[in-house]
Amino acid sequence: MNDALLLTFTMLVVTIVLAWPLGAYMQRIFSDQSCLAKRLLGPVEHAIYAAAGVDAKADMSWRQYALLWILFNLVGAVFLYLLLYFQNYLPLNPMHFGSPGVQISFNTAASFVSNTNWQDYGGESTMSYVSQMLGMAVQNFLSAASGIVLALAMIRGFTRAEKSGIGNLWVDLVRTTLYVLLPLSVILALFFVEQGAIQNFAAYVHVDLIQPFLHKGQMVTQQVIAMGPVASQEAIKLLGTNGGGFFNANSGHPFENPTGLTNFFQMVAIFLIPFALVFYFGHRVKNMRLGVGILAVMLLLFTPLAILSQQQDLAGNPVLTTIGVDQKNTSLLAGGGNMEGVEDRIGTAGSALFGAVATGTSTGAANSAYDSFMPLSGMVNLLLMQLGEVTPGGVGTGIASMLAFVLIAVFLAGLMIGRTPEFLGKKIESYEIKMASLAILVMPMLVLIGTAVAVSLPGGRDAVLNPGAHGFSEILYAVTSPSNNNGSAFGGLNANTTFYNLLTGLCVLLNRYLAYLPLLAIAGSLAAKRRIPASPGTLNPATPLFVVFTTVVVLLVGALNFIPALGLGPIAEQLSLPTAVHNTSSIGH
Amino acid sequence: MIRSLRAALIVFALLVVATGIVYPLLVTGLAQVLFPHQANGSLIRENGKVVGSRLIGQYFDQPQYFWGRPSATDPVPYDAENSGASNLGPTNPELVRHVQERVARLRAADPADGDRPVPVDLVTSSMSGLDPDISIAAARYQLARVAQAGHLPEAQVAALIQRYTRPAVLGFIGEPRVNVLELNLALHRLYQQQGKAK
Repeated sequence: MNDALLLTFTMLVVTIVLAWPLGAYMQRIFSDQSCLAKRLLGPVEHAIYAAAGVDAKADMSWRQYALLWILFNLVGAVFLYLLLYFQNYLPLNPMHFGSPGVQISFNTAASFVSNTNWQDYGGESTMSYVSQMLGMAVQNFLSAASGIVLALAMIRGFTRAEKSGIGNLWVDLVRTTLYVLLPLSVILALFFVEQGAIQNFAAYVHVDLIQPFLHKGQMVTQQVIAMGPVASQEAIKLLGTNGGGFFNANSGHPFENPTGLTNFFQMVAIFLIPFALVFYFGHRVKNMRLGVGILAVMLLLFTPLAILSQQQDLAGNPVLTTIGVDQKNTSLLAGGGNMEGVEDRIGTAGSALFGAVATGTSTGAANSAYDSFMPLSGMVNLLLMQLGEVTPGGVGTGIASMLAFVLIAVFLAGLMIGRTPEFLGKKIESYEIKMASLAILVMPMLVLIGTAVAVSLPGGRDAVLNPGAHGFSEILYAVTSPSNNNGSAFGGLNANTTFYNLLTGLCVLLNRYLAYLPLLAIAGSLAAKRRIPASPGTLNPATPLFVVFTTVVVLLVGALNFIPALGLGPIAEQLSLPTAVHNTSSIGH
Repeated sequence: MIRSLRAALIVFALLVVATGIVYPLLVTGLAQVLFPHQANGSLIRENGKVVGSRLIGQYFDQPQYFWGRPSATDPVPYDAENSGASNLGPTNPELVRHVQERVARLRAADPADGDRPVPVDLVTSSMSGLDPDISIAAARYQLARVAQAGHLPEAQVAALIQRYTRPAVLGFIGEPRVNVLELNLALHRLYQQQGKAK
């Protein structure tokens, strides 16, 4: 357990140490200041504007910004759909995979354009190298950039006064991609390759087994090993809080996540940009104490839940103990714990922590089978998504949603002490609160209504793998994940059915395009407001008291919405454990 | 509107070129120059033939070899074209049944007296179904069986385990583990020499 705590805190500290300079770098990138990256790639940036006929100096109203944002995403979705659907006519398809069909193409296009990366297919058995590289990986970049620009626009709402615009979408997108995502990805991808991740365009490799074996009456003498341009996709999968695996086993596959060290830096990579954007916010509003305060809210929510999840999985499965299984965690002999669906090089602590990191950031990545987690560890995954992806949330969307929660907290605190709510010199009025509430409430409605529909229809229930309360958790997870643009799964549920392809595809689109537009509206409204000077009556949000208050607000909204559903799934299963132990041990004797 | 659409299409197309073509080709080029062995799958060759990848496990069921993690891949175990987990929940009776069967198989093959507790990673399937490693505890559990079935002194097999053991980084990043394929390949060479000697 001490090793698990050490792992958690080291991971957080390393991320913060790396995110701090990245936040300062972003401050340079998105302002007029010059820096090395701009001198090197500046000509490319300006060539893109010139070719597209874009006036980089033009400022956009929030409506214009939002419309173009949707248009850009729509272009991406259509391109991805067509690319997948016609992959059999395209090159770099050494295994001659056919078209994945209408349903997978639609679900995948919706899912990858919206930074969700819910996958109803197994990568190495479905997708050609062109589909992966030009389809998935491209959207890993562009959906991440689309998320980050939301944060940039929202932050401008606070830094600007009496302006009609909130920035230029094209400039924000191009700069994010060229100066932030691409350089970081190159570095991370090469590190992954050094550690053992693959990066090639070769056909799958045939291996003669050292010990051929008999399986179901057939002699198996060969193993075919899937290949591909993996590391390049892996890097942006994590840095962009995407999560769609090149292989079906995602970050559990040795070619995606070859060592304990890569596992560590996969987690760091997921948290890196969300943390850096919090520091960027601190720089921009010239109030780093507030930035640090917001990071504190995120960590106050994340850390206890992550530790609970690790502790549950490390303790092992009591049912297996009764049938002669040794699950001891000894740092010199074995990681131990609940090893079903866990890789030995990563271990249960590194798996449960990865699960918390992924679900706390809208990253669909998985280095272990979340479906096989102990009930309360699985619940931590669910809860971190259900808090609205703010701990620290996806790239851009996390800080943007957190700022909506902060506005609600400012408003509530203002009501309590009888003062006009204001935040960073901007009066918070009914319009902002309505929009923030709308942004926050879209997701719970999608999850609760979606789950109700799924458990009511045979199409929803039949796809379940595990019996009992765990089956309900599978359904709840399958709706929660897409509705939060997360993308991870309780993989036992068969997601590639007409019912789930439609349901998850719709949840993905409705959340991404309904929940985040109100945030741009807030940005537009705030940017137009005058700045009022701080007075002795102004609430100071950069205090420990306000940090705790905001944490409670996030927790209350999440808890009130979802505790009943969690009670029916993971909590019920946890309570059934003693019975399962009793039944197993009585059969065994 | 037409201007906006044109801008969206061109910005998109150029970013596709940057992130979908230039970037992966750049990374592939650098990877193939700097780390060609890893980039091509850490393949192990014996007498010019590829016998496996250091990172991808293979299925072993004969007593003179170390057995790896159970694998849930379909249609055959350790199918490296179709990675995946069992996804069985912790209270699922099917999981319990699988684990019971595996415990029974290991104990039946185990020459040690009495029923020792079996290390958990030997009876639970991995996430990828391709896990190349087992824990040190899992290797030691099998030591007596492998030595007996392979007609080797236990000390020699123990030394091999030691040789293919990798510790956790700094003691807490990842877990200590033994690479099954490398270990079995070393045994395989010894068995071939034994065969020739006879």
